[in-house]
Amino acid sequence: MKNIKYLLLRRMTQFVILFLYFGANAYGWHMLEGTFGSSRLFGFIPLADPYTTLQVLSTGFVLGADVLLGTLIVVLFYMIVGGRAFCSWVCPINMVTDLANWLRRKLNLDREEVNYRFIKRRARYWIMILGLIVSAIIGVASFEILSPITIMQRGIVFGFGAGIAVVVAIFLFDLFGVKNGWCGHLCPLGATYSLIGKTSIIRVDHDHEACTNCMKCKVVCPENQVLHMINKESIMVTDAECTNCGRCIDVCDDDALGFNIRNFTKSSKK
Amino acid sequence: MINSTDKNRRKFMATTLQSVGLTALGGMLWSGYSDEVKAAPLVLRPPGALKEDDFLKACIKCGLCAEACVNRDSNKNKDGSRRDGTIQMAKGGDHVLIGTPFFVPTETPCYMCDDIPCVPVCPSGALDMTSLLGKDGELDINKSEMGLAIVHKESCIAYWGIQCDACYRACPIQGEAITVEHRQNERTGKHAFLLPIVHSDVCTGCGLCEKACVTEKPAIFVLPREYAMGRAGDHYVKGWDKKDQHRVKNAKEIHTQDERSEKKPVDYLNIGVEY
Repeated sequence: MKNIKYLLLRRMTQFVILFLYFGANAYGWHMLEGTFGSSRLFGFIPLADPYTTLQVLSTGFVLGADVLLGTLIVVLFYMIVGGRAFCSWVCPINMVTDLANWLRRKLNLDREEVNYRFIKRRARYWIMILGLIVSAIIGVASFEILSPITIMQRGIVFGFGAGIAVVVAIFLFDLFGVKNGWCGHLCPLGATYSLIGKTSIIRVDHDHEACTNCMKCKVVCPENQVLHMINKESIMVTDAECTNCGRCIDVCDDDALGFNIRNFTKSSKK
Repeated sequence: MINSTDKNRRKFMATTLQSVGLTALGGMLWSGYSDEVKAAPLVLRPPGALKEDDFLKACIKCGLCAEACVNRDSNKNKDGSRRDGTIQMAKGGDHVLIGTPFFVPTETPCYMCDDIPCVPVCPSGALDMTSLLGKDGELDINKSEMGLAIVHKESCIAYWGIQCDACYRACPIQGEAITVEHRQNERTGKHAFLLPIVHSDVCTGCGLCEKACVTEKPAIFVLPREYAMGRAGDHYVKGWDKKDQHRVKNAKEIHTQDERSEKKPVDYLNIGVEY
């Protein structure tokens, strides 16, 4: 049980959130209505997706106050909790790409992998900016028309239609194409949350005295470049791309990793 | 021998060029795709929707309107079971911009709820509440302009002379949006045609008439107003109507000068006519 604690917690969070969204449409619940683009919590607290908001604003349309307030709430929340906590604790695509990743390991695809080096991990930041430019030129929120995240979520709430193909495509891409291809290289929403969470307070802490250098954490981590300190320094994982998924903590047999409150004075001293 | 700074600079230039090139490629593909998928003109939007172009910019695809629509208390069949909502969220394969709300009258028309549950919940302003406010500041669903019903005379059986007033009876603004015009049926000499006439200044495009139409494929159907209506323009004006004269108040004079202008209009008309 110990080595899947955070995995189970994450899956539970993801399922509960999706179920509340589903219930809002199917049973008229007022817990969590709408979709990620814009939601209402408990029937009155507005929530909105920061990247969608940016896209709509860049088309030149001045959004309603509800969306702007909702964006502010979401941004503040993830600035504290850890930007990409959205990716690993809320986003439904995370379940798809995690499954692809798990299959990759089981099928030994990782070892035989062809290295697609033309996609770099920083591509997502370019895509994020590009999405805003395309939105401005074409006059429609450009990532929202192909975002597998909201397509999957709306699929669960309102029915999939042919939109399921996008979700399958992401699965195949991550399984047979690039390892962590979508979440780790391309997704502009993840990039946005990376930027938001740069200063976030909850972080994974590493104790290199306890570490036995087994590298299990690096194998399981979807953004393993952020674990550069493993068995080298006792510092926190402060890279913005860390999703706070806690898988490294789960798989660590040496208690060398754990969530902690970020200590700004210490991390700046190194 | 090439020194290392030179080598680094070349590498930097090459990778920069590659990044810019790939970004441009992606941008063009993405723009092209975006432009194509937003072109779905014949789609009916919920009440209060902005003009299609602005609507596509503004809609944040949250689905709050669809959830409000399907979960309204009055949304029940006669036996008490739950009825489908009017507003659907566009899925892949619907050929409507994905995630945007729309409705199809032949599946579920808009029942024009008095309290308009779908509009006030819109957080982005894509469904504009102010466009539906009446003089007293109350929401008035009759002010919505979702579309306009069009009658295809050749397939409408009332125009054949068969008695049918299904659309007239289904209309929620009965007697105003659709009126029945009586005309003598000269074929039989002793019957009347009861012809449905749609009035575009009243019709909201709810689609209840289309749903009620008895023909195999409805002879009365709703189109977006942009597509269902013509425009007389500034050249023509109802000289007997003060309001209409006001319409062309700002019309500009257009003066065309070509070969024909040299002659008087009468001369031009009489060219080649022999008496």
